[in-house]
Amino acid sequence: MSARVLVGVKRVIDYAVKIRVKPDRTGVVTDGVKHSMNPFCEIAVEEAVKLKEKKLVKEVVAVSCGPQQVQETIRTALAMGADRGIHVEVSGKDYETLGPLQVSKIFAALAKKEQADLIILGKQAIDDDCNQTGQMTAALLDWPQGTFASEVTLEADKLKVVREIDGGLETIKINLPAVVTADLRLNTPRYATLPNIMKAKKKKITNVKPADLGVDVSSRLEVLKVEKLKEAGRI
Amino acid sequence: TGDQRHAGKHSRVISAFRSVSGDEGVSVGSAVREQHGRDESVHICRPPDVVVFPRSVEEVSALAKICHHHQLPMIPFGTGTGLEGGVGALKGGVCFSLRKMEQVLDLHQEDFDVTVEPGVTRKGLNSYLRDTGLWFPVDPGADASLCGMAATSASGTNAVRYGTMRENVLNLEVVLADGTVLHTAGKGRRPRKTSAGYNLTNLFVGSEGTLGIITKATLRLYGIPESMVSAVCSFPSVQSAVDSTVQILQAGVSIARIEFLDDVMINACNRFNNLSYAVTPTLFLEFHGSSKSMQEQVSITEEITRDNGGSDFAWAEDEETRGRLWKARHDAWYAALALRPGCKAYSTDVCVPISRLPQIIVETKEDLIRNNITGPIAGHVGDGNFHCLIVLDPNDPDEVQRVHSFTERLARRALAMDGTCTGEHGIGLGKRALLREEVGPSAIEVMLGLKASLDPKNLMNPGKVL
Repeated sequence: MSARVLVGVKRVIDYAVKIRVKPDRTGVVTDGVKHSMNPFCEIAVEEAVKLKEKKLVKEVVAVSCGPQQVQETIRTALAMGADRGIHVEVSGKDYETLGPLQVSKIFAALAKKEQADLIILGKQAIDDDCNQTGQMTAALLDWPQGTFASEVTLEADKLKVVREIDGGLETIKINLPAVVTADLRLNTPRYATLPNIMKAKKKKITNVKPADLGVDVSSRLEVLKVEKLKEAGRI
Repeated sequence: TGDQRHAGKHSRVISAFRSVSGDEGVSVGSAVREQHGRDESVHICRPPDVVVFPRSVEEVSALAKICHHHQLPMIPFGTGTGLEGGVGALKGGVCFSLRKMEQVLDLHQEDFDVTVEPGVTRKGLNSYLRDTGLWFPVDPGADASLCGMAATSASGTNAVRYGTMRENVLNLEVVLADGTVLHTAGKGRRPRKTSAGYNLTNLFVGSEGTLGIITKATLRLYGIPESMVSAVCSFPSVQSAVDSTVQILQAGVSIARIEFLDDVMINACNRFNNLSYAVTPTLFLEFHGSSKSMQEQVSITEEITRDNGGSDFAWAEDEETRGRLWKARHDAWYAALALRPGCKAYSTDVCVPISRLPQIIVETKEDLIRNNITGPIAGHVGDGNFHCLIVLDPNDPDEVQRVHSFTERLARRALAMDGTCTGEHGIGLGKRALLREEVGPSAIEVMLGLKASLDPKNLMNPGKVL
């Protein structure tokens, strides 16, 4: 199979960190705070690598948007088994206001440029909980989407996706090319082994700017304030 | 209320505690005290008078000074996952719950070391490390506090390859009974080896809270191996399973886990998980190494097992199949409990030189049958350590007595074979007499001398170990 899979990996504050709101209430404290790959993106990478190990796809490309540090996140994806990476450079104010609409435009452009057959994303990021990028990307490309996937099976040129929905599990069949978003029970991501981390240093990461893809990353949203929830009653 | 009356008795001390750790850092509520008076053993709950929740080593030291001044017993508490009743407050006193000190500090990837506070658990640390390719492999099963694992000198299924806590703690920060803060290898030091002075680090490893409160541990890390392969094999006898184990170790195969399940345990696992393993002694093996070498390691091992009469050798590299192969071993505790619903389980923990393992297991099984005790056996056969998972009705005094006598006979059987009464769980509350028999009067005198030197008022976890 000659299919190419694009996997999105987002660098977020690690899930185990206790989040603190900045005193000026413009956001949360990120300086010196542990960051790692968004857990749903880990599941997406694992699924793509599993497809490659089963020889159902030929190449897995890990993509991340952000400043220099996101290269660490791409390296983790490479250590898990992705073949190469693409770093879309976004920094400063543009990075602070980067959201699903701009990211989905970037992914749509990359999908065309890289001639991808499948895009796998995490269902949502644990920092903004938007749950929008996969759906927007599919809409921009006019591709079918299988969201909240807890099982994905490739059958010839179609994808059977079992989706987790409120009422239970829904099974759909969609044509390729398609967008899939990974839910929690899709798989258990592997830990990157030390030898594979060492080998991943030799894999290639190409840099590209949003402008090169014809994407405007300016935001139409303005964050007014970020506040801590009031504490629940104490006994 | 009862809680208020209880607080009244200790009010001066409690307000002193509150001025150190804040109102939320001190609790006299009965539910909280009971929660901190029990662990996962069969020993009854012995709640402390107060539970404090310090947030830093400075607070631990200040609280210890107050306790020392008022002659109050101090009991350190990590995750409460111990198996020997180590946290029971036999003389009341103050439980130091260390769960608020939960930072991973000072990770040095290229030096393979990390320092953790007592609230960091084994799984928590490995999750923190997941992007680095490093892990802390000592795996006692429970998601225990790493400092608690240091306090009990914990071990696990991986010990045959990676060692126990004794081999993997480089330095400890300990608060002594009088509040003194001690760095056992010197503050911040973390060389991979040292011959500087007395080995204080390993004095505190395994001291079970009787010499001080561990507030930091510097641990040795390992690279996550490129490949892990699991295998299962059945044997006609305990002897053939152990012979295979010895030969596998001698062959230099990169074995990481060798687990033994006896026929009673296999039967329990079959019933619990709807499996169909042959009801006979079985070995579960795991190999760690490079992908290229795995095939060879597995065939060497398969040949050894075949030469010893082993059969139904099955192996797998992918995570899903490995999980299925090992499910029997993973669920052993629950499978044992399921043999007699409504009963409790107690685990024995003797450890002998590997060559004596067949004899002790055979004699132990005869003892179990003779005394009508349900005791499936699971063991870390690569270390000579095995557990009888005894399932008993705690409300049947005759059965309780039979089990108690059995465990004493088992411990003495192990001692007679140059072994120990506890390979990994610790002495805690129930094995103090056995410790005397095991190490002898001179060693006990030295231990008592060390205890008197570090804790002359006997405030640190009184009634345990010695």
